[in-house]
Amino acid sequence: MASTTENAVIEICELTKKYGSKKAVDNISLSVKRGEVLGFLGPNGAGKSTTMNILTGYISATSGKALVDGTDVLEDPKTVKTKIGYLPENPPLYFDMTVLEYLNFVYELKKVTLSRKKHIEEIMKTVKIDGVADRMIKNLSKGYKQRVGLAQALIGNPEVLILDEPTVGLDPKQIIEIRDVIKVLGKDRTVILSTHILQEVTAVCDRVAIINHGKLIAMDSLKNLSARFGEKGMYLIRALGTKSAVKELLESIEGLKSIRYISSTEPDTVDFKIAFKDGLDLRKRIFEVFASANLPILEFKSLDLTLEEIFIKVTNDENLAQVAAKNNEKGAAEDESNI
Amino acid sequence: MKAIFKKELKAYFLSPIGYIFVGVFMALCALFFLNSAIAYQIADISGMFANINVVYLFLVSILTMRLFAEERNKKTDQLLLTAPVSIPEIVLGKYFAAMAVFGLTLVVSLGFPAVLFMFGEPSFGEILGSYTGVVLLWGAFIAIGVLISALTESQMIAAVSTFGVLLLIYYMDGIVANIGTVWIAKLLDWLSLFKRYNEFQSGILNIENVVYYLSFIFIALFLTVRTIEKRRYS
Repeated sequence: MASTTENAVIEICELTKKYGSKKAVDNISLSVKRGEVLGFLGPNGAGKSTTMNILTGYISATSGKALVDGTDVLEDPKTVKTKIGYLPENPPLYFDMTVLEYLNFVYELKKVTLSRKKHIEEIMKTVKIDGVADRMIKNLSKGYKQRVGLAQALIGNPEVLILDEPTVGLDPKQIIEIRDVIKVLGKDRTVILSTHILQEVTAVCDRVAIINHGKLIAMDSLKNLSARFGEKGMYLIRALGTKSAVKELLESIEGLKSIRYISSTEPDTVDFKIAFKDGLDLRKRIFEVFASANLPILEFKSLDLTLEEIFIKVTNDENLAQVAAKNNEKGAAEDESNI
Repeated sequence: MKAIFKKELKAYFLSPIGYIFVGVFMALCALFFLNSAIAYQIADISGMFANINVVYLFLVSILTMRLFAEERNKKTDQLLLTAPVSIPEIVLGKYFAAMAVFGLTLVVSLGFPAVLFMFGEPSFGEILGSYTGVVLLWGAFIAIGVLISALTESQMIAAVSTFGVLLLIYYMDGIVANIGTVWIAKLLDWLSLFKRYNEFQSGILNIENVVYYLSFIFIALFLTVRTIEKRRYS
Protein backbone atom coordinates (compact mmCIF):
# COMPACT_ATOMS: atom_id res chain seq x y z
CA MET A 1 0.00 0.00 0.00
CA ALA A 2 1.12 3.52 -0.68
CA SER A 3 2.07 5.37 2.42
CA THR A 4 -0.63 7.67 3.66
CA THR A 5 0.69 11.12 4.10
CA GLU A 6 -1.54 13.66 5.74
CA ASN A 7 -1.57 16.16 2.94
CA ALA A 8 -2.16 13.69 0.13
CA VAL A 9 -5.29 14.72 -1.73
CA ILE A 10 -5.36 11.86 -4.18
CA GLU A 11 -4.40 8.37 -3.28
CA ILE A 12 -4.48 5.45 -5.61
CA CYS A 13 -3.83 2.06 -4.09
CA GLU A 14 -3.05 -1.01 -6.14
CA LEU A 15 -5.47 -0.01 -8.84
CA THR A 16 -6.13 -2.52 -11.58
CA LYS A 17 -8.53 -2.38 -14.49
CA LYS A 18 -8.96 -5.36 -16.76
CA TYR A 19 -10.66 -5.40 -20.12
CA GLY A 20 -11.13 -9.09 -20.67
CA SER A 21 -7.70 -10.54 -20.03
CA LYS A 22 -5.89 -7.35 -20.95
CA LYS A 23 -4.83 -5.17 -18.08
CA ALA A 24 -5.31 -1.53 -19.03
CA VAL A 25 -4.14 -0.45 -15.60
CA ASP A 26 -1.90 -2.81 -13.72
CA ASN A 27 -1.50 -2.40 -9.99
CA ILE A 28 -0.82 1.32 -9.89
CA SER A 29 -0.26 3.02 -6.56
CA LEU A 30 0.51 6.68 -6.19
CA SER A 31 -0.40 9.70 -4.17
CA VAL A 32 -0.61 13.37 -5.03
CA LYS A 33 0.01 16.10 -2.51
CA ARG A 34 -2.23 19.09 -2.03
CA GLY A 35 -1.32 21.90 -4.37
CA GLU A 36 0.86 19.73 -6.55
CA VAL A 37 0.83 19.55 -10.34
CA LEU A 38 1.44 15.97 -11.34
CA GLY A 39 2.25 15.08 -14.90
CA PHE A 40 0.94 11.77 -16.08
CA LEU A 41 3.22 10.75 -18.83
CA GLY A 42 3.00 7.78 -21.11
CA PRO A 43 2.67 6.75 -24.73
CA ASN A 44 -0.79 6.46 -26.25
CA GLY A 45 -2.67 3.53 -24.82
CA ALA A 46 -0.55 3.35 -21.69
CA GLY A 47 -3.53 3.55 -19.34
CA LYS A 48 -3.49 7.26 -18.54
CA SER A 49 -7.09 7.92 -19.52
CA THR A 50 -8.28 4.72 -17.87
CA THR A 51 -6.70 5.72 -14.58
CA MET A 52 -8.25 9.17 -14.83
CA ASN A 53 -11.63 7.74 -15.70
CA ILE A 54 -11.50 5.56 -12.60
CA LEU A 55 -10.45 8.44 -10.42
CA THR A 56 -13.37 10.54 -11.62
CA GLY A 57 -15.87 7.74 -11.21
CA TYR A 58 -16.65 7.38 -14.90
CA ILE A 59 -15.63 3.74 -14.93
CA SER A 60 -14.89 1.46 -12.04
CA ALA A 61 -11.74 -0.43 -11.25
CA THR A 62 -11.44 -4.20 -11.30
CA SER A 63 -9.60 -4.04 -8.02
CA GLY A 64 -7.84 -1.51 -5.85
CA LYS A 65 -8.90 1.77 -4.37
CA ALA A 66 -8.93 5.40 -5.36
CA LEU A 67 -9.35 8.04 -2.69
CA VAL A 68 -9.89 11.74 -3.13
CA ASP A 69 -9.43 13.76 0.02
CA GLY A 70 -9.86 10.58 2.02
CA THR A 71 -13.13 9.57 0.38
CA ASP A 72 -13.37 6.39 -1.65
CA VAL A 73 -14.58 7.02 -5.20
CA LEU A 74 -16.70 3.86 -5.15
CA GLU A 75 -18.17 4.29 -1.69
CA ASP A 76 -19.22 7.90 -1.92
CA PRO A 77 -19.06 8.97 -5.57
CA LYS A 78 -21.16 12.09 -5.10
CA THR A 79 -18.82 13.62 -2.54
CA VAL A 80 -15.78 12.77 -4.62
CA LYS A 81 -17.32 14.16 -7.78
CA THR A 82 -17.99 17.55 -6.18
CA LYS A 83 -14.29 17.78 -5.40
CA ILE A 84 -13.09 16.98 -8.89
CA GLY A 85 -13.17 18.98 -12.06
CA TYR A 86 -12.57 16.71 -15.04
CA LEU A 87 -11.62 17.54 -18.57
CA PRO A 88 -11.76 14.27 -20.52
CA GLU A 89 -9.75 13.67 -23.66
CA ASN A 90 -12.70 14.74 -25.79
CA PRO A 91 -14.21 17.78 -24.10
CA PRO A 92 -17.83 16.81 -23.33
CA LEU A 93 -19.48 19.73 -25.07
CA TYR A 94 -23.01 20.15 -26.35
CA PHE A 95 -22.48 21.73 -29.72
CA ASP A 96 -25.97 23.16 -29.99
CA MET A 97 -25.54 25.33 -26.93
CA THR A 98 -23.84 28.68 -26.58
CA VAL A 99 -20.86 28.84 -24.28
CA LEU A 100 -22.91 30.60 -21.64
CA GLU A 101 -25.81 28.16 -21.89
CA TYR A 102 -23.41 25.28 -21.57
CA LEU A 103 -21.67 26.67 -18.52
CA ASN A 104 -25.02 27.43 -16.94
CA PHE A 105 -26.08 23.85 -17.54
CA VAL A 106 -22.90 22.51 -15.95
CA TYR A 107 -23.44 24.90 -13.05
CA GLU A 108 -26.88 23.45 -12.46
CA LEU A 109 -25.74 19.89 -13.09
CA LYS A 110 -23.03 20.17 -10.47
CA LYS A 111 -25.49 21.81 -8.06
CA VAL A 112 -23.09 24.63 -7.36
CA THR A 113 -24.15 27.10 -4.70
CA LEU A 114 -21.72 29.93 -5.47
CA SER A 115 -23.16 33.11 -6.90
CA ARG A 116 -23.93 31.97 -10.44
CA LYS A 117 -23.27 35.02 -12.55
CA LYS A 118 -20.10 36.01 -10.77
CA HIS A 119 -18.72 32.50 -10.69
CA ILE A 120 -19.28 31.83 -14.38
CA GLU A 121 -17.90 35.22 -15.35
CA GLU A 122 -14.77 34.65 -13.31
CA ILE A 123 -14.16 31.30 -14.93
CA MET A 124 -14.70 32.68 -18.42
CA LYS A 125 -12.13 35.37 -17.66
CA THR A 126 -9.62 32.86 -16.29
CA VAL A 127 -9.70 30.72 -19.41
CA LYS A 128 -10.24 33.73 -21.67
CA ILE A 129 -13.51 32.80 -23.28
CA ASP A 130 -15.51 35.81 -22.13
CA GLY A 131 -15.35 37.12 -25.69
CA VAL A 132 -17.22 34.13 -27.10
CA ALA A 133 -19.84 33.71 -24.36
CA ASP A 134 -22.76 33.97 -26.75
CA ARG A 135 -21.29 31.95 -29.60
CA MET A 136 -22.52 28.47 -30.39
CA ILE A 137 -19.99 25.91 -29.26
CA LYS A 138 -20.04 24.14 -32.63
CA ASN A 139 -18.78 27.32 -34.31
CA LEU A 140 -15.74 27.68 -32.06
CA SER A 141 -12.21 26.73 -33.03
CA LYS A 142 -10.62 23.71 -31.48
CA GLY A 143 -8.59 25.83 -29.09
CA TYR A 144 -11.67 27.60 -27.84
CA LYS A 145 -13.57 24.34 -27.50
CA GLN A 146 -10.76 23.03 -25.35
CA ARG A 147 -10.98 26.11 -23.20
CA VAL A 148 -14.71 25.75 -22.81
CA GLY A 149 -14.01 22.19 -21.69
CA LEU A 150 -11.53 23.52 -19.19
CA ALA A 151 -14.05 26.11 -17.99
CA GLN A 152 -16.53 23.31 -17.45
CA ALA A 153 -14.04 21.50 -15.23
CA LEU A 154 -13.56 24.66 -13.17
CA ILE A 155 -17.22 25.15 -12.37
CA GLY A 156 -17.88 24.68 -8.69
CA ASN A 157 -14.28 25.53 -7.82
CA PRO A 158 -13.12 21.94 -7.34
CA GLU A 159 -9.97 21.37 -5.32
CA VAL A 160 -8.72 18.79 -7.74
CA LEU A 161 -8.43 19.21 -11.48
CA ILE A 162 -7.96 16.21 -13.72
CA LEU A 163 -7.02 17.14 -17.24
CA ASP A 164 -6.67 14.46 -19.87
CA GLU A 165 -4.38 15.66 -22.63
CA PRO A 166 -5.57 19.25 -22.44
CA THR A 167 -3.40 20.48 -25.30
CA VAL A 168 -3.85 17.69 -27.79
CA GLY A 169 -4.66 18.88 -31.31
CA LEU A 170 -3.98 22.53 -30.62
CA ASP A 171 -1.61 24.75 -32.54
CA PRO A 172 1.62 25.84 -30.83
CA LYS A 173 0.26 29.22 -29.81
CA GLN A 174 -2.86 27.70 -28.31
CA ILE A 175 -0.77 25.09 -26.51
CA ILE A 176 1.25 27.79 -24.81
CA GLU A 177 -1.90 29.67 -23.88
CA ILE A 178 -3.57 26.62 -22.35
CA ARG A 179 -0.40 25.77 -20.48
CA ASP A 180 -0.27 29.26 -19.05
CA VAL A 181 -3.85 28.86 -17.87
CA ILE A 182 -2.98 25.52 -16.26
CA LYS A 183 0.03 27.06 -14.55
CA VAL A 184 -2.22 29.73 -13.06
CA LEU A 185 -4.77 27.13 -11.99
CA GLY A 186 -2.09 24.93 -10.47
CA LYS A 187 -1.14 27.65 -8.01
CA ASP A 188 -4.02 26.98 -5.66
CA ARG A 189 -5.26 23.60 -6.80
CA THR A 190 -4.11 20.05 -7.12
CA VAL A 191 -3.79 19.14 -10.75
CA ILE A 192 -3.25 15.85 -12.52
CA LEU A 193 -2.41 16.37 -16.13
CA SER A 194 -1.91 13.61 -18.63
CA THR A 195 0.08 14.08 -21.74
CA HIS A 196 2.39 12.42 -24.13
CA ILE A 197 4.10 15.68 -24.90
CA LEU A 198 7.20 15.93 -22.82
CA GLN A 199 7.74 19.66 -22.92
CA GLU A 200 4.39 20.02 -21.31
CA VAL A 201 5.55 18.20 -18.24
CA THR A 202 8.74 20.21 -18.17
CA ALA A 203 6.73 23.39 -18.51
CA VAL A 204 4.04 22.92 -15.89
CA CYS A 205 4.53 19.92 -13.63
CA ASP A 206 6.12 19.55 -10.22
CA ARG A 207 6.34 15.80 -10.42
CA VAL A 208 6.06 13.20 -13.15
CA ALA A 209 4.50 9.77 -13.12
CA ILE A 210 5.54 7.73 -16.11
CA ILE A 211 3.26 4.88 -17.00
CA ASN A 212 3.56 2.33 -19.73
CA HIS A 213 1.52 -0.79 -20.49
CA GLY A 214 -0.67 0.05 -17.51
CA LYS A 215 2.21 0.02 -15.06
CA LEU A 216 3.64 2.89 -13.08
CA ILE A 217 7.30 2.75 -13.89
CA ALA A 218 8.67 5.92 -12.40
CA MET A 219 7.38 8.71 -10.25
CA ASP A 220 9.53 11.55 -9.09
CA SER A 221 10.43 15.16 -9.69
CA LEU A 222 12.03 15.86 -13.03
CA LYS A 223 15.29 16.68 -11.32
CA ASN A 224 15.45 13.37 -9.49
CA LEU A 225 14.36 11.42 -12.52
CA SER A 226 17.12 12.73 -14.70
CA ALA A 227 19.58 12.13 -11.88
CA ARG A 228 18.35 8.58 -11.55
CA PHE A 229 18.29 7.64 -15.18
CA GLY A 230 20.89 10.00 -16.49
CA GLU A 231 24.59 9.29 -16.73
CA LYS A 232 26.58 11.76 -14.76
CA GLY A 233 29.71 13.45 -15.91
CA MET A 234 29.12 12.78 -19.60
CA TYR A 235 30.05 15.51 -22.03
CA LEU A 236 30.03 16.04 -25.71
CA ILE A 237 32.97 17.94 -27.06
CA ARG A 238 33.34 19.28 -30.59
CA ALA A 239 36.74 20.49 -31.59
CA LEU A 240 38.31 21.84 -34.74
CA GLY A 241 40.97 19.33 -35.73
CA THR A 242 41.62 15.84 -36.91
CA LYS A 243 40.29 12.78 -35.20
CA SER A 244 43.70 11.46 -34.23
CA ALA A 245 44.96 14.79 -32.91
CA VAL A 246 41.95 15.35 -30.71
CA LYS A 247 41.99 11.79 -29.50
CA GLU A 248 45.63 12.00 -28.60
CA LEU A 249 45.08 15.19 -26.72
CA LEU A 250 42.15 13.80 -24.78
CA GLU A 251 44.10 10.71 -23.87
CA SER A 252 46.80 12.90 -22.41
CA ILE A 253 44.36 14.32 -19.87
CA GLU A 254 44.21 12.42 -16.64
CA GLY A 255 40.91 11.70 -14.96
CA LEU A 256 38.85 10.76 -17.97
CA LYS A 257 36.92 7.58 -17.61
CA SER A 258 36.05 7.11 -21.24
CA ILE A 259 36.74 8.71 -24.57
CA ARG A 260 34.64 7.81 -27.52
CA TYR A 261 34.61 9.18 -31.03
CA ILE A 262 31.09 9.95 -32.19
CA SER A 263 31.14 11.52 -35.60
CA SER A 264 32.16 14.46 -37.64
CA THR A 265 29.12 16.58 -38.38
CA GLU A 266 30.68 19.91 -39.23
CA PRO A 267 33.52 20.03 -41.74
CA ASP A 268 36.99 19.78 -40.21
CA THR A 269 35.59 19.05 -36.75
CA VAL A 270 35.25 15.92 -34.68
CA ASP A 271 32.80 15.05 -31.92
CA PHE A 272 33.89 13.06 -28.91
CA LYS A 273 31.89 11.79 -25.99
CA ILE A 274 33.88 11.84 -22.80
CA ALA A 275 33.17 10.91 -19.21
CA PHE A 276 34.93 12.17 -16.11
CA LYS A 277 35.91 9.88 -13.33
CA ASP A 278 33.60 10.09 -10.33
CA GLY A 279 33.68 13.37 -8.54
CA LEU A 280 35.98 15.11 -10.98
CA ASP A 281 35.25 18.25 -12.91
CA LEU A 282 37.81 18.65 -15.66
CA ARG A 283 36.10 21.26 -17.77
CA LYS A 284 38.59 24.00 -17.02
CA ARG A 285 41.53 21.68 -17.57
CA ILE A 286 40.19 20.50 -20.90
CA PHE A 287 39.72 24.06 -22.04
CA GLU A 288 43.30 24.94 -21.19
CA VAL A 289 44.77 21.84 -22.79
CA PHE A 290 42.86 22.37 -26.00
CA ALA A 291 43.68 26.05 -26.08
CA SER A 292 47.39 25.50 -25.67
CA ALA A 293 47.35 22.78 -28.33
CA ASN A 294 45.58 25.23 -30.62
CA LEU A 295 42.60 22.94 -31.14
CA PRO A 296 39.62 25.29 -30.68
CA ILE A 297 36.65 23.83 -28.85
CA LEU A 298 33.54 24.79 -30.78
CA GLU A 299 31.05 23.04 -28.56
CA PHE A 300 31.24 21.59 -25.10
CA LYS A 301 28.04 20.41 -23.48
CA SER A 302 26.80 18.23 -20.71
CA LEU A 303 24.90 15.12 -21.79
CA ASP A 304 22.32 15.09 -19.04
CA LEU A 305 19.24 13.33 -20.13
CA THR A 306 16.28 15.39 -21.16
CA LEU A 307 12.89 14.16 -20.14
CA GLU A 308 12.53 12.85 -23.64
CA GLU A 309 15.52 10.60 -23.25
CA ILE A 310 14.48 9.48 -19.80
CA PHE A 311 11.08 8.67 -21.14
CA ILE A 312 12.36 6.63 -24.04
CA LYS A 313 14.83 4.89 -21.82
CA VAL A 314 12.26 4.10 -19.20
CA THR A 315 9.48 3.01 -21.51
CA ASN A 316 11.76 0.92 -23.64
CA ASP A 317 13.28 -1.00 -20.84
CA GLU A 318 11.75 -4.40 -20.41
CA ASN A 319 13.29 -5.04 -17.06
CA LEU A 320 13.13 -1.98 -14.92
CA ALA A 321 14.33 -3.69 -11.85
CA GLN A 322 17.61 -4.03 -13.64
CA VAL A 323 17.74 -0.38 -14.55
CA ALA A 324 16.99 0.64 -11.02
CA ALA A 325 19.63 -1.70 -9.68
CA LYS A 326 22.18 -0.45 -12.16
CA ASN A 327 21.45 3.12 -11.25
CA ASN A 328 21.65 2.43 -7.58
CA GLU A 329 25.06 0.92 -8.08
CA LYS A 330 26.20 4.07 -9.71
CA GLY A 331 24.77 6.01 -6.82
CA ALA A 332 23.41 8.42 -9.32
CA ALA A 333 20.41 9.30 -7.25
CA GLU A 334 22.50 11.23 -4.77
CA ASP A 335 24.12 13.32 -7.37
CA GLU A 336 22.25 16.34 -8.61
CA SER A 337 25.14 18.31 -9.97
CA ASN A 338 24.41 17.30 -13.53
CA ILE A 339 20.96 18.84 -13.71
CA MET B 1 -32.34 15.88 -12.23
CA LYS B 2 -33.75 19.34 -12.82
CA ALA B 3 -30.71 20.43 -14.79
CA ILE B 4 -30.91 17.41 -17.08
CA PHE B 5 -34.65 17.74 -17.50
CA LYS B 6 -34.28 21.37 -18.52
CA LYS B 7 -31.39 20.63 -20.84
CA GLU B 8 -33.23 17.81 -22.60
CA LEU B 9 -36.43 19.77 -22.97
CA LYS B 10 -34.48 22.64 -24.47
CA ALA B 11 -32.63 20.24 -26.75
CA TYR B 12 -35.92 18.96 -28.14
CA PHE B 13 -36.84 22.42 -29.28
CA LEU B 14 -33.36 23.48 -30.37
CA SER B 15 -33.34 20.60 -32.82
CA PRO B 16 -36.17 19.90 -35.25
CA ILE B 17 -37.24 16.79 -33.31
CA GLY B 18 -39.54 18.63 -30.90
CA TYR B 19 -41.29 20.53 -33.66
CA ILE B 20 -41.61 17.52 -35.92
CA PHE B 21 -43.01 15.53 -33.07
CA VAL B 22 -45.59 18.08 -31.99
CA GLY B 23 -46.43 19.10 -35.54
CA VAL B 24 -46.91 15.62 -36.96
CA PHE B 25 -48.79 14.53 -33.90
CA MET B 26 -51.24 17.43 -33.98
CA ALA B 27 -51.81 17.22 -37.71
CA LEU B 28 -52.57 13.51 -37.55
CA CYS B 29 -54.74 13.92 -34.46
CA ALA B 30 -56.79 16.48 -36.33
CA LEU B 31 -57.07 14.16 -39.32
CA PHE B 32 -58.14 11.19 -37.22
CA PHE B 33 -60.52 13.36 -35.24
CA LEU B 34 -62.19 14.55 -38.42
CA ASN B 35 -62.22 11.07 -39.81
CA SER B 36 -63.89 9.50 -36.78
CA ALA B 37 -65.82 11.83 -34.50
CA ILE B 38 -66.74 14.45 -37.07
CA ALA B 39 -67.28 12.18 -40.07
CA TYR B 40 -69.52 9.80 -38.14
CA GLN B 41 -71.08 12.50 -35.98
CA ILE B 42 -70.27 10.69 -32.76
CA ALA B 43 -69.18 12.29 -29.50
CA ASP B 44 -66.32 9.86 -28.93
CA ILE B 45 -62.58 10.41 -29.09
CA SER B 46 -61.55 6.77 -28.70
CA GLY B 47 -61.39 6.44 -32.48
CA MET B 48 -58.87 9.26 -32.68
CA PHE B 49 -56.68 7.72 -30.00
CA ALA B 50 -56.90 4.25 -31.50
CA ASN B 51 -55.41 5.60 -34.72
CA ILE B 52 -52.92 7.92 -33.15
CA ASN B 53 -51.54 5.05 -31.06
CA VAL B 54 -50.18 3.50 -34.23
CA VAL B 55 -48.54 6.74 -35.29
CA TYR B 56 -47.13 7.06 -31.85
CA LEU B 57 -45.20 3.83 -32.19
CA PHE B 58 -43.17 5.64 -34.79
CA LEU B 59 -43.04 9.01 -33.07
CA VAL B 60 -41.86 7.64 -29.74
CA SER B 61 -38.88 6.08 -31.48
CA ILE B 62 -37.87 9.50 -32.73
CA LEU B 63 -38.56 11.12 -29.41
CA THR B 64 -36.34 8.82 -27.41
CA MET B 65 -33.62 7.78 -29.88
CA ARG B 66 -31.14 10.49 -29.00
CA LEU B 67 -31.57 10.56 -25.23
CA PHE B 68 -28.66 8.30 -24.33
CA ALA B 69 -27.30 7.17 -27.70
CA GLU B 70 -26.20 10.68 -28.61
CA GLU B 71 -24.54 11.33 -25.26
CA ARG B 72 -22.48 8.21 -25.68
CA ASN B 73 -21.68 8.90 -29.28
CA LYS B 74 -20.50 12.44 -28.56
CA LYS B 75 -18.87 11.35 -25.30
CA THR B 76 -20.84 13.92 -23.35
CA ASP B 77 -21.91 11.15 -21.02
CA GLN B 78 -18.53 11.66 -19.41
CA LEU B 79 -19.72 15.00 -18.15
CA LEU B 80 -22.96 13.61 -16.74
CA LEU B 81 -21.39 10.55 -15.17
CA THR B 82 -18.56 12.45 -13.52
CA ALA B 83 -20.83 15.18 -12.17
CA PRO B 84 -22.25 14.80 -8.68
CA VAL B 85 -25.56 13.39 -9.90
CA SER B 86 -26.71 9.81 -9.57
CA ILE B 87 -27.57 7.67 -12.57
CA PRO B 88 -31.26 7.38 -11.57
CA GLU B 89 -31.41 11.19 -11.54
CA ILE B 90 -29.99 11.30 -15.06
CA VAL B 91 -32.42 8.66 -16.32
CA LEU B 92 -35.43 10.29 -14.69
CA GLY B 93 -34.44 13.73 -15.95
CA LYS B 94 -34.36 12.44 -19.50
CA TYR B 95 -37.51 10.36 -19.14
CA PHE B 96 -39.50 13.27 -17.79
CA ALA B 97 -38.21 15.55 -20.53
CA ALA B 98 -39.54 13.14 -23.17
CA MET B 99 -42.77 12.82 -21.20
CA ALA B 100 -43.04 16.61 -21.07
CA VAL B 101 -42.87 16.93 -24.87
CA PHE B 102 -45.49 14.25 -25.15
CA GLY B 103 -47.54 15.93 -22.37
CA LEU B 104 -47.41 19.17 -24.29
CA THR B 105 -49.06 17.55 -27.30
CA LEU B 106 -51.62 15.97 -25.02
CA VAL B 107 -52.52 19.31 -23.48
CA VAL B 108 -52.99 20.85 -26.90
CA SER B 109 -55.07 17.87 -27.95
CA LEU B 110 -57.58 18.70 -25.23
CA GLY B 111 -59.07 20.97 -27.86
CA PHE B 112 -60.62 17.92 -29.54
CA PRO B 113 -62.74 16.76 -26.60
CA ALA B 114 -63.56 20.42 -25.98
CA VAL B 115 -65.14 20.49 -29.44
CA LEU B 116 -67.13 17.40 -28.55
CA PHE B 117 -68.39 18.98 -25.37
CA MET B 118 -69.43 22.07 -27.29
CA PHE B 119 -71.50 20.23 -29.83
CA GLY B 120 -72.47 16.98 -28.20
CA GLU B 121 -72.63 15.03 -24.99
CA PRO B 122 -69.60 12.80 -24.81
CA SER B 123 -69.06 10.52 -21.84
CA PHE B 124 -66.76 12.31 -19.44
CA GLY B 125 -65.69 8.99 -17.96
CA GLU B 126 -64.60 7.64 -21.32
CA ILE B 127 -62.61 10.74 -22.16
CA LEU B 128 -60.92 10.80 -18.77
CA GLY B 129 -60.26 7.07 -19.15
CA SER B 130 -58.81 7.57 -22.61
CA TYR B 131 -56.46 10.25 -21.41
CA THR B 132 -55.37 8.29 -18.34
CA GLY B 133 -54.83 5.22 -20.48
CA VAL B 134 -52.89 7.15 -23.10
CA VAL B 135 -50.59 8.72 -20.53
CA LEU B 136 -49.85 5.34 -18.97
CA LEU B 137 -49.50 3.45 -22.25
CA TRP B 138 -47.24 6.03 -23.83
CA GLY B 139 -45.38 6.46 -20.58
CA ALA B 140 -44.53 2.78 -20.93
CA PHE B 141 -43.55 3.21 -24.60
CA ILE B 142 -41.26 6.10 -23.78
CA ALA B 143 -39.65 4.07 -21.00
CA ILE B 144 -38.94 1.31 -23.55
CA GLY B 145 -37.45 3.90 -25.90
CA VAL B 146 -35.24 5.29 -23.13
CA LEU B 147 -34.00 1.81 -22.31
CA ILE B 148 -33.17 1.01 -25.93
CA SER B 149 -31.44 4.35 -26.39
CA ALA B 150 -29.18 3.47 -23.45
CA LEU B 151 -28.22 0.20 -25.12
CA THR B 152 -26.62 1.67 -28.21
CA GLU B 153 -24.40 4.48 -29.41
CA SER B 154 -26.28 4.94 -32.64
CA GLN B 155 -29.43 6.99 -32.76
CA MET B 156 -30.48 5.20 -35.90
CA ILE B 157 -30.21 1.78 -34.30
CA ALA B 158 -32.06 3.06 -31.25
CA ALA B 159 -34.91 4.42 -33.38
CA VAL B 160 -35.28 1.34 -35.55
CA SER B 161 -35.09 -1.10 -32.63
CA THR B 162 -37.54 0.90 -30.58
CA PHE B 163 -39.94 0.97 -33.48
CA GLY B 164 -39.52 -2.78 -33.96
CA VAL B 165 -40.13 -3.58 -30.32
CA LEU B 166 -43.16 -1.31 -30.10
CA LEU B 167 -44.59 -2.75 -33.28
CA LEU B 168 -44.18 -6.21 -31.84
CA ILE B 169 -46.02 -5.11 -28.72
CA TYR B 170 -48.74 -3.63 -30.90
CA TYR B 171 -49.25 -6.89 -32.77
CA MET B 172 -48.87 -8.99 -29.65
CA ASP B 173 -52.60 -9.53 -29.19
CA GLY B 174 -52.90 -10.86 -32.71
CA ILE B 175 -49.87 -13.10 -32.26
CA VAL B 176 -51.13 -14.44 -28.94
CA ALA B 177 -54.33 -15.64 -30.60
CA ASN B 178 -52.26 -17.98 -32.80
CA ILE B 179 -50.08 -19.46 -30.07
CA GLY B 180 -51.10 -23.03 -29.27
CA THR B 181 -49.26 -23.50 -26.01
CA VAL B 182 -51.71 -22.26 -23.43
CA TRP B 183 -49.34 -21.01 -20.77
CA ILE B 184 -47.25 -19.01 -23.21
CA ALA B 185 -50.36 -17.49 -24.69
CA LYS B 186 -51.64 -16.66 -21.22
CA LEU B 187 -48.37 -15.09 -20.19
CA LEU B 188 -48.09 -12.95 -23.30
CA ASP B 189 -51.70 -11.99 -22.95
CA TRP B 190 -51.09 -10.87 -19.41
CA LEU B 191 -48.09 -8.86 -20.58
CA SER B 192 -50.00 -7.18 -23.39
CA LEU B 193 -49.75 -3.41 -23.07
CA PHE B 194 -52.57 -2.68 -25.47
CA LYS B 195 -55.19 -5.00 -24.02
CA ARG B 196 -55.17 -3.14 -20.75
CA TYR B 197 -55.37 0.16 -22.55
CA ASN B 198 -58.71 -0.87 -24.06
CA GLU B 199 -60.24 -1.05 -20.61
CA PHE B 200 -59.29 2.55 -19.95
CA GLN B 201 -60.89 3.56 -23.19
CA SER B 202 -64.22 2.16 -22.08
CA GLY B 203 -64.02 4.37 -19.02
CA ILE B 204 -63.01 1.63 -16.59
CA LEU B 205 -60.39 2.75 -14.13
CA ASN B 206 -58.92 -0.49 -12.93
CA ILE B 207 -56.27 0.02 -10.25
CA GLU B 208 -54.61 -3.23 -11.27
CA ASN B 209 -54.00 -1.79 -14.73
CA VAL B 210 -52.61 1.45 -13.35
CA VAL B 211 -50.22 -0.49 -11.13
CA TYR B 212 -49.31 -2.67 -14.10
CA TYR B 213 -48.27 0.27 -16.27
CA LEU B 214 -46.44 2.03 -13.48
CA SER B 215 -44.51 -1.16 -12.69
CA PHE B 216 -43.71 -1.57 -16.36
CA ILE B 217 -42.31 1.97 -16.51
CA PHE B 218 -40.39 1.43 -13.30
CA ILE B 219 -38.80 -1.78 -14.53
CA ALA B 220 -37.82 -0.30 -17.90
CA LEU B 221 -36.19 2.71 -16.22
CA PHE B 222 -34.55 0.50 -13.63
CA LEU B 223 -33.03 -1.59 -16.41
CA THR B 224 -31.82 1.63 -18.04
CA VAL B 225 -30.02 2.58 -14.85
CA ARG B 226 -28.51 -0.89 -14.62
CA THR B 227 -27.42 -0.79 -18.26
CA ILE B 228 -25.51 2.44 -17.70
CA GLU B 229 -24.06 1.22 -14.42
CA LYS B 230 -22.97 -2.05 -15.94
CA ARG B 231 -21.03 -0.30 -18.66
CA ARG B 232 -18.77 1.21 -16.02
CA TYR B 233 -17.67 -2.28 -15.07
CA SER B 234 -17.17 -3.81 -18.48
